[in-house]
Amino acid sequence: MRLSHLTKVAAVAAALVLTATACGNQSSSLGSTGGAPPAAENVSFEAGTTMDKLNKAQALRVGTKFDQPLFGLKGLDGNPAGFDVEIAKIIGAKLGIPADKITYTEAPSAVREEVIEQGRVDMVVATYTINAKRKERISFAGPYYIAGQDLMVAKDDTTITGPESLRAANAKVCSVAGSTPSEKIKEYIDPANLVLFDVYSKCADALRTGQVQAVTTDNVILLGLVDSSQGAFKLVGQQFTQEPYGIGIPKGDVKFCEFINTTLQEAAADGSYEAAWKNTAGKVSPQAPSLPPADACS
Amino acid sequence: MGVIVEQFPLYVQGFLQTVRICILAAVGSLILGTILAAFRVSPVPPLRAVGAAWVTVFRNTPLAVVLFAVAFGLPELGINGSYFWFGVAGLTLYTAAFVCEAVRSGINSVSAGQAEAARAMGLTFSQSLSLIVLPQAFRTVVPPLGSVIIAMIKNSAIVGAFGVGGDLFAVGVQLTSAQGYAAAGVLTGVLLGYLILTIPAGIVLARLERKLAVAR
Amino acid sequence: MSSSVLYDIPGPQARRRTLISSLVAAVIVAVVIVLVVLRLAEQGQFSGEKWGPLVNPFDPSFAAVWNLLGQALVATLTAAGLTLVFSLVIGTIFAVTRVTASRSYRWLVVGVIELLRGVPVVIAIFFAARVLPEVGISLPILWYLVIGLTAYNSVIIAEIIRAGIASLPRGQSEAGYSLGLTRGQVLSTILLPQAFRVMLPALISQLVVIVKDTSLGFIISYEEFVRTANIIIQTLRNPIQTYIIVAIIFIAINYSLGKLAEYVERRLSRARTTAAAPTHAGAVDTGAAGGG
Repeated sequence: MRLSHLTKVAAVAAALVLTATACGNQSSSLGSTGGAPPAAENVSFEAGTTMDKLNKAQALRVGTKFDQPLFGLKGLDGNPAGFDVEIAKIIGAKLGIPADKITYTEAPSAVREEVIEQGRVDMVVATYTINAKRKERISFAGPYYIAGQDLMVAKDDTTITGPESLRAANAKVCSVAGSTPSEKIKEYIDPANLVLFDVYSKCADALRTGQVQAVTTDNVILLGLVDSSQGAFKLVGQQFTQEPYGIGIPKGDVKFCEFINTTLQEAAADGSYEAAWKNTAGKVSPQAPSLPPADACS
Repeated sequence: MGVIVEQFPLYVQGFLQTVRICILAAVGSLILGTILAAFRVSPVPPLRAVGAAWVTVFRNTPLAVVLFAVAFGLPELGINGSYFWFGVAGLTLYTAAFVCEAVRSGINSVSAGQAEAARAMGLTFSQSLSLIVLPQAFRTVVPPLGSVIIAMIKNSAIVGAFGVGGDLFAVGVQLTSAQGYAAAGVLTGVLLGYLILTIPAGIVLARLERKLAVAR
Repeated sequence: MSSSVLYDIPGPQARRRTLISSLVAAVIVAVVIVLVVLRLAEQGQFSGEKWGPLVNPFDPSFAAVWNLLGQALVATLTAAGLTLVFSLVIGTIFAVTRVTASRSYRWLVVGVIELLRGVPVVIAIFFAARVLPEVGISLPILWYLVIGLTAYNSVIIAEIIRAGIASLPRGQSEAGYSLGLTRGQVLSTILLPQAFRVMLPALISQLVVIVKDTSLGFIISYEEFVRTANIIIQTLRNPIQTYIIVAIIFIAINYSLGKLAEYVERRLSRARTTAAAPTHAGAVDTGAAGGG
């Protein structure tokens, strides 16, 4: 039952915050916390660019999730924490903006384009999958991470090593009814072995009690479930779809996009990218990802 | 507005799901609310206390809080179910408090002579309540009860917002958030769905009210 | 007083029976409560780990949790207060228009009122938050919540005020007209002030509904109590405990408002001995049931 709490909270919160609009009240300043590189000093940018404007203003407004464990989760101190937040701090530091000058605004999935278009935030780092439809309204820098559909199994399970091994193991797999992952997994298993619930927390309960052998959805959601399982579950780590996460910025700001991409590459080179992962999602998934190659800016 | 035509089947499904939630919660809360009202007028103090406590708690707590508490609390008591049933349960527990108050005010409105006559004939408390007072009270309480049920239909949208899949509100969210339709068109369709339920109910209720007023 | 009409003043035998059934009922209620409590205890729901941050001032998370809850209280009261003010102003305009409108467009006013009355509040809020930005009106989320709540509550308040005006004796307006006052003057100087007074308890009751409905702000991620509770739960993982505390806060606020309404009503009915004693019109019941 303990597990059902933890997971249910995540699942219900995700189901609940259907949409939101960001605003000043929602933001909170982040005090300096470990991990983020110190802000660059005496940096200067070409006049008129977004970087110059932000540097002069000494303030960065970031849209992120407040309810995504390990990526952007608002804590009791009122500040969000996670991998997305660390990425925002890395970019802020390169802009010469210290971590405590970054303000965070909640940006649930439904309103991410909206907050960028309306200029309520300077950028959105919020488990934000790059796709063509979204590019019609905004531009993406990055990607900074490749998420994808994965499998979650019991800690001591060695038979399930990836989607291809499911059939041989005759494993029952759990997902949420009507979701994209639940459709995708049908390529790998008999429909009879697919168990569908209305929330992922119930899948986690079923996995714990052995009614199913695996749970499938995006690895980011699964990481949150693993995090709250107190060591009972693990990720298989064989992603079989690709969801590149980008940083949303106003449409057509090529210079800002290129600046962010350079920053990400420098962060990968000097180890701060890896440190950002280690301090957040790395607690559950120690294997740090490597920075994916950047898309062209447009 | 084209979305309403394009996605009409989805809207119909959502509408039917909303109707399902409403019927289940309406039946449940009418039964539970009437029992609670009987508790509140009974000569047994512990039952009166239960009824009063129920009304105080559920009338003063937002439905959203009730729904969350039900969804988190019931599994801890070993009652597991889908979010659909948690939603129906929350809506029922909440609405029952309002039904209780409507019925109780109805009971209070039945003239004292009726109950006295029943007693004079030697009927017991439960007999006079069930045979004499309640049938008359129900006529008086039709207008307030109708208001309660209309409010409940509207509140069922909160159940949808809470995560019960497939009802009208959820359809609206799905179409705007996941499929990227413009909110104005989508939500107008959702609104129409609710108005189809609430406005005729309101008109019928107003008619009924007038009729009952004449009869008295 | 009907409860005493429903049964005789009990004699010794009936008193004994009542006592026995009271005992039986008390035992049943007690058993149910004990079972629930035991079951929760079994699940570790009374552990200090789950309750400490909420009730123990020495818990390291206590200050942070109550700081968040305090902000939620401010957010809730701000939204409720703004909604009340706007609903009163717009509701009064609605009521006056409905009363004074010539027949040619009264149907329009009535239509708008009936339409808004049939709209679920949660949809009104969602509609404001999603559609207004689409048409280029971008506001802080507080205002989307206030607009959604006002759309619904202003028509309820309009009905309350209209019922208040209708409950005044005809002589009031007749006296006004006979003094040569215009229709507008009669309304604003004679009828409305009295209607507000008569309907004060109902208006306070409506405030309970508004306070409850602010909780729907969580849908547009306005950080009122429900959204705040979710954020607290993310870290502390104690949903039952947090929601119990949130429910207690709501009950405390709304119960006090309810008592205030009763008190005002009693004072008014004591002060007023005229024919127009305040009555609980249908509109009042509707309003009270409309809560979310």
